[in-house]
Amino acid sequence: MGYRLSKHDFSELLHKLQEDNKVYGPTCKEKKGTFSANDLVVYDQVADLNDLELTTKTKFSPKEIIFPIRQTMFYFTEDQQQIPQVDEESIIIFLRPCDRNAVKRLDEIFLENGPEEDIYYQRLRDKVKFFVLECTTGFDSCFCVTMDSNRVEPEEYTAFLRFEEDELECEVTDPDLEHLIQELGSEIEFNPQFKEEDETEVNLPPKEEITNDLFEHQLWTDYTRRCIACGRCNTACPTCSCFTVKDIVYEENSNCGERQRMWAGCHIDGFTEMAGGHNFRDEYGDRMRYKTMHKIYDFNERFGFDMCVGCGRCDDICPEYISFSNCINKLNQIIEEGE
Amino acid sequence: MAVNVEDNPYRAQSAEIIDIKQETDVEYTFRLAANMDLNCGQFLEVSIPGFGEAPISVSDFGTDWLELTIRRVGDLTDKIHELGIGDKLYLRGPYGNGFSLEEFKHRNLIIAAGGTGLAPVRSVINYFYDHPTEVNDFELLMGFKDPDSLLFERDIDRWKEKLEVLITVDQTCGVWGECVGLITEHIPKVNLSDVENTEVIVVGPPLMMKHTIKEFKKLNVPDDKIWVSYERKMHCGLGKCGHCKIEDNYVCVDGPVYNYAEIKDLKD
Repeated sequence: MGYRLSKHDFSELLHKLQEDNKVYGPTCKEKKGTFSANDLVVYDQVADLNDLELTTKTKFSPKEIIFPIRQTMFYFTEDQQQIPQVDEESIIIFLRPCDRNAVKRLDEIFLENGPEEDIYYQRLRDKVKFFVLECTTGFDSCFCVTMDSNRVEPEEYTAFLRFEEDELECEVTDPDLEHLIQELGSEIEFNPQFKEEDETEVNLPPKEEITNDLFEHQLWTDYTRRCIACGRCNTACPTCSCFTVKDIVYEENSNCGERQRMWAGCHIDGFTEMAGGHNFRDEYGDRMRYKTMHKIYDFNERFGFDMCVGCGRCDDICPEYISFSNCINKLNQIIEEGE
Repeated sequence: MAVNVEDNPYRAQSAEIIDIKQETDVEYTFRLAANMDLNCGQFLEVSIPGFGEAPISVSDFGTDWLELTIRRVGDLTDKIHELGIGDKLYLRGPYGNGFSLEEFKHRNLIIAAGGTGLAPVRSVINYFYDHPTEVNDFELLMGFKDPDSLLFERDIDRWKEKLEVLITVDQTCGVWGECVGLITEHIPKVNLSDVENTEVIVVGPPLMMKHTIKEFKKLNVPDDKIWVSYERKMHCGLGKCGHCKIEDNYVCVDGPVYNYAEIKDLKD
């Protein structure tokens, strides 16, 4: 059912929801950007509707809320292993359709791939309610329509929100939330709108024409020269889910410590390094090839849909101005021209 | 519904070390008291709290024990080498598919192993050593860097009694009674008169596997008669951490054992 209510009332509702929920959304940290007088737009907890930054794309995705950058798996003391507890509150995340679709990719890896679910991911993921922000224009580097991640289905969100001047319109799928909103707003006819056209033109190569011959192409050598293997594209990506497990011991008492996992990235040195020092992708261009194929081909071969959601964050963040959408286009061009 | 954290696939169980055998200067085989439902060629995530975790092949197993052959190459394995009988290691698994022995029964089997690549096939060799009537013809080729790098010498002496065994070392000095030269140089010696009924297992370092397979191909062994076991970096064993992925394959869950025909075109 759809409702219209004032922003003021919605803000009040948000305060109320915070009694049982941690609420996250895109926020703007004034003058906290990399350069002087630059703002930093990132996901963080929001206390008030005014905290939401709705006009700029976040530098990083909301994935860190359910897949933290660094996460303790066990505390250990001699023979004892203890699993850390998580907060009791549920989690509300305000996010755009591309990022909601990105969570679907994370679900596939953490909950579906392999013999068992990843309980660390699952116990946070189970707490999440998604408040999807309507996004019909996107930003200049996005290509979600091409990646088929511009839309979300009602079962994928608790609320779908359209912000207007002083009011907002929404669709609510959760009966408890609906009960609260009914008291504040008026019923309306509401149909979620989605982005229908990408500003950035991206031509996905046909899957059946992607062959191993492409792995040897000059295209990747060019990236060997340009990429500096900083891994920012991996960290900014809402679907990159790789991690490394590492033990630390406390300085005060080396009998006690933690087993932690932290984000890992296929562009970063050491990603494939085995005991003894053998690496499988020394060349940075090979890492670009590996990531590109994973995002638009390999994942699809295994799970039936592309991994990349076309948010364009990797393009925005690369210090070498490498554009992933350009890379996809070049690959498509190479195939079309039959080089 | 709350997730039961106790039912945690990342939780390791402790296992007591009941025997230790020195193989080389840097490799030891640890026998652990553990009752796991294992296949030949599977691996475990082995850890010591505070020193980390690593994927290690099970190099042999019985009903209430298993063996891990561990080379000293890093923080964790250095620490493991300090342990003695009665100390504990932490294990989780087993992971991966392992070898399907049914594929090799009543056929000619050739195993070509390089260095520590012998560890994941040692239990296969021991199985057919113990059940010689279940295999037609069995040849074992082993390549090591030098005579000091030989693994499982006590097994090799035993295997020689019943099996066709060829050992070669890349280089030698002093008195050396076996072959010298890369394993690839000795492949033409194997009996491939009945290729259709022969299965070949190749395990070892990436370069050794590549060239060994090439030699078998020259002798007209079809791709689907060749079996390999891949080693990759792994941090979970559960298809999550991503380190071991090759194209759409997760070596930890789809491998580490593959039929060569299925993966020959995969590129890391």
